[in-house]
Amino acid sequence: MKQDFKILGTRPIRPDGLDKVTGKAMFGSDKSVTGMLHARILRSPHAHAEIVSIDTSKAEALAGVKAVITGDDFADVENRWARYTMQNCMAQGRALYDGHAVAAVAAISKTVAAEALKLIEVEYKILPHVTDVDEAMAPGAPVLHEGVKARKLGDDVSGNTVGYYSFGHGDIEAGFANAELVIDRTFKTAAVHQGYIEPHGCLADLGGDGRGELWCSTQGHYMVREVCSEILGIDSSQLRVTASEIGGGFGGKTTVFIEPVALKLSQKAGKPVKLVMSREEVFRASGPTMSASMDIKIGMTKAGKITGAHAKLRYQGGAFPYQMVMMGAMSAFAAYDLEHVQAEGWDVMTNRPKMISYRAPGAPMAVYAVESVMDELCQKLELDPIDTRLMNAAREGTKSSYGPTFKAIGLVEALEAAKAHPHYSAPLAPNTGRGVSCGFWFNFGGQVSVSMAINADGTVNLIEGNPDIGGSRASISMMAAEALGIEYDRIRTIVGDTASVGFSDVTDGSRVTFAVGIATINAANAAIKEMCKRAAKIWEIDAEAVEWVDGAAQPSGHNAGNFPPMSLAEIAATSGKTGGPIAGHHEGAPDKAGVSFGVHMVDVEVDPETGFTSIKRYTAFQDVGKAIHPAYVEGQIQGGAVQGIGWALNEEYIYGEDGLLQNPGFLDYRIPVASDLPMIDAVIIEVPNPGHPYGVRGCGETAIVPPLAAVSNGVAQAIGVRMFELPMSPPKILKAL
Amino acid sequence: MARVVIFGSLRAFTNGEGEMEIDAQTTRELLRKLATLHPALAETIEAGVSLAIDGEVFKEAWFTPISAESEVVVMPLMVGG
Amino acid sequence: MSKIHITTQVNGDAVEFLCEPDETLLDVLRDRLNLTGAKEGCGTGDCGACSVTLNGRLVASCLVLGAEVAGSEIETVEGVGTADALHPVQQHLLDHAALQCGICTPGIIVAAKALLLQNPNPSEEEVRYWLAGNLCRCTGYDKIIRAVLSAAAEMRGENA
Repeated sequence: MKQDFKILGTRPIRPDGLDKVTGKAMFGSDKSVTGMLHARILRSPHAHAEIVSIDTSKAEALAGVKAVITGDDFADVENRWARYTMQNCMAQGRALYDGHAVAAVAAISKTVAAEALKLIEVEYKILPHVTDVDEAMAPGAPVLHEGVKARKLGDDVSGNTVGYYSFGHGDIEAGFANAELVIDRTFKTAAVHQGYIEPHGCLADLGGDGRGELWCSTQGHYMVREVCSEILGIDSSQLRVTASEIGGGFGGKTTVFIEPVALKLSQKAGKPVKLVMSREEVFRASGPTMSASMDIKIGMTKAGKITGAHAKLRYQGGAFPYQMVMMGAMSAFAAYDLEHVQAEGWDVMTNRPKMISYRAPGAPMAVYAVESVMDELCQKLELDPIDTRLMNAAREGTKSSYGPTFKAIGLVEALEAAKAHPHYSAPLAPNTGRGVSCGFWFNFGGQVSVSMAINADGTVNLIEGNPDIGGSRASISMMAAEALGIEYDRIRTIVGDTASVGFSDVTDGSRVTFAVGIATINAANAAIKEMCKRAAKIWEIDAEAVEWVDGAAQPSGHNAGNFPPMSLAEIAATSGKTGGPIAGHHEGAPDKAGVSFGVHMVDVEVDPETGFTSIKRYTAFQDVGKAIHPAYVEGQIQGGAVQGIGWALNEEYIYGEDGLLQNPGFLDYRIPVASDLPMIDAVIIEVPNPGHPYGVRGCGETAIVPPLAAVSNGVAQAIGVRMFELPMSPPKILKAL
Repeated sequence: MARVVIFGSLRAFTNGEGEMEIDAQTTRELLRKLATLHPALAETIEAGVSLAIDGEVFKEAWFTPISAESEVVVMPLMVGG
Repeated sequence: MSKIHITTQVNGDAVEFLCEPDETLLDVLRDRLNLTGAKEGCGTGDCGACSVTLNGRLVASCLVLGAEVAGSEIETVEGVGTADALHPVQQHLLDHAALQCGICTPGIIVAAKALLLQNPNPSEEEVRYWLAGNLCRCTGYDKIIRAVLSAAAEMRGENA
């Protein structure tokens, strides 16, 4: 593996930076075209209702209205997962949650579109609803969809139970029998929203000839193309999707909510249609993450060795079948080397918006519950929380609780760094507590395409297919520069549309720097091979006798010939005469992404008068393999930590008895603001991933996993009472006091 | 013969069998033989699975070589955020 | 409903436009004047992504009516600096890698510039409270706060 880097590890300015500080960057709702219509969506005011009839005639008659659609405008699709996505975009027959789309209009102005919505008459027949996971799982609960219950489950759970997973090994009962202290606790966490500041927005143009153009804010424009072309029944080659700059996603833009609706309206109206969600729509109808109800049982010896561990995770993921509790069950005990362990999970449907991934989907809540019990065990047995975690920590060769045996991982290094950090030994003020938690995420590889052109002036164009959500064009340019041996600013990386480069999976799973990085290095190596060939031709020596060193071709030894190195720019300058354009490309599906562990430490102060918790100091340690651009790696860690703090303290979807969402706005759904926080110290640990030529591991998701328990463990120490429910909002803490 | 580990809930489709030996050179061959051996698993395999081969996690990847000493863990398909 | 004719000044240029009586300044800027730097994150004044200054005062442009701004001086992110002459806040945000997705960045820039005009030497706490109305979901604010503090120092001539 490469060790000596010239460009990796530096902190250059990102290529899209200037556009973003001058207001030029174009996001989902920033594009307009002449003749464009404005669309709006009518949404269900009920948690669960049969749509008896929809009368759109008055809306259609309104001057300026060009198209009105309902669920009837969408033909059925064969693939059931695509059908769920379609029916989430536009209800068919039943409205399944408060905010579910039931009709849409396109009109000559926003004002006319809003007027038209009021003229659509929907007759609903209200049906029983359920929003709580335990109630939804209980026999007798109103069932969202029949016939989708997980195979092999019994009558003790309702038909809403669409998934069951179990991971682990050993004999947990034997494990608990060896324990000197067993703690068994039940936890609940609220559903939270990804909270990206940019609402979903798109501009769709689908002509009568079946050719379409779609501009949208997404984490994966190829995913948008595949899903939309399937829903609309058109060839994917005919729908060109361009990813706008994306104003945050965190997993929430790995599916479609409005794009099929905009395309269908455009098709019907014969004009381009712009559709942008309001913030209220984002909360009511775009995917939050799951809420959870969990039982965790861990047994330990007095010395701190875990003897057995068992997790039962019940997640609700909204109004359609989904598969996400699995990731929670796999993550729950990943940090520990255990002989006897079992983690089980149940996916449950409720009358809530269809869930979608949120940063390390499924892991934060499970790890919160496990790390809370770990903390309580340490407290009761008077053990040091870091030493105890070190004693049980997973390391290279550990048979993980979810199956695979770990390769080189950095959990021990992160724990040791935490223990040695001045934060850990700093004195604590009154009403203050210090919490620690481990966290884990898998990281993924997946399909990727990169195309690189060497220009005659010695510069390089690189096209890749993954939306840049946090600086990836910088890290990709850096890896290309490192591989080619040229300066960073000689490279321009762009995110191509779906017609300009091959398929690429969604920007998720912390995969972009890893997978696009591998494709970039391979594309560079292909270009280098060709450049060496050109130099060999010029020197009239064997191509095998040329090597690439520091951005130039050179004879590989004295026997090869005595020529001065020929730089990339020199080879590029004559490329027209030596055989035409020089390019490199790579298409693949790299695996071996390398898992990532983190350890967070937080000091919290709880005001005994108000129950308000403030974060006084925060330090996050994370193994990232190799930090390409350390500043953006720190940014990922800091941002993830703060999202986790929000989850722990403030954020929650609040439903009334009526099944309606009570807080669909940033005033009442409170994400952390600048004045809530101290600086977040990010400590980068680098244990290289053997599966990447530069040692890269994904770094985007792990950091949201540890904060929930770290904050909760800090609160437990500060107030002497342990909380078993998130968020730990002031009223809940006051009640506990 | 590679050692194949069927994890947790997937065992419901292998009559409780958690480990088996399968002679296969690639993941594709392994999955095909697994589906023949345990038809109840076929639907899950068709929907997509993740595989851990000697500790490295692979998504689908049909032609990943498997050696006779390999440990292959079959898991449901994983996604991220 | 007939439209209202407004003459005003945006980023130093005289502009005129027609708007609906209920149209916000944000919609006017974005839809009628093609200045899409100010963003709509919420439409209710909670997120700060639409921050502009109106006669020198920091406002959420989603809470101001277009019809109200006749004869005013408005500044948006497009007027703060240019590619060859960035405002120190813009430059330090870039240098500190203080943006990830960049959707909140225009609002942060307008708000931070307004802060430094009235308080050239803010404490970390003052910056945090001033920017409490500008939501950022990516960064955890750490690098934004550092960037604003170092821009302030540069503007005071301390580390230029």
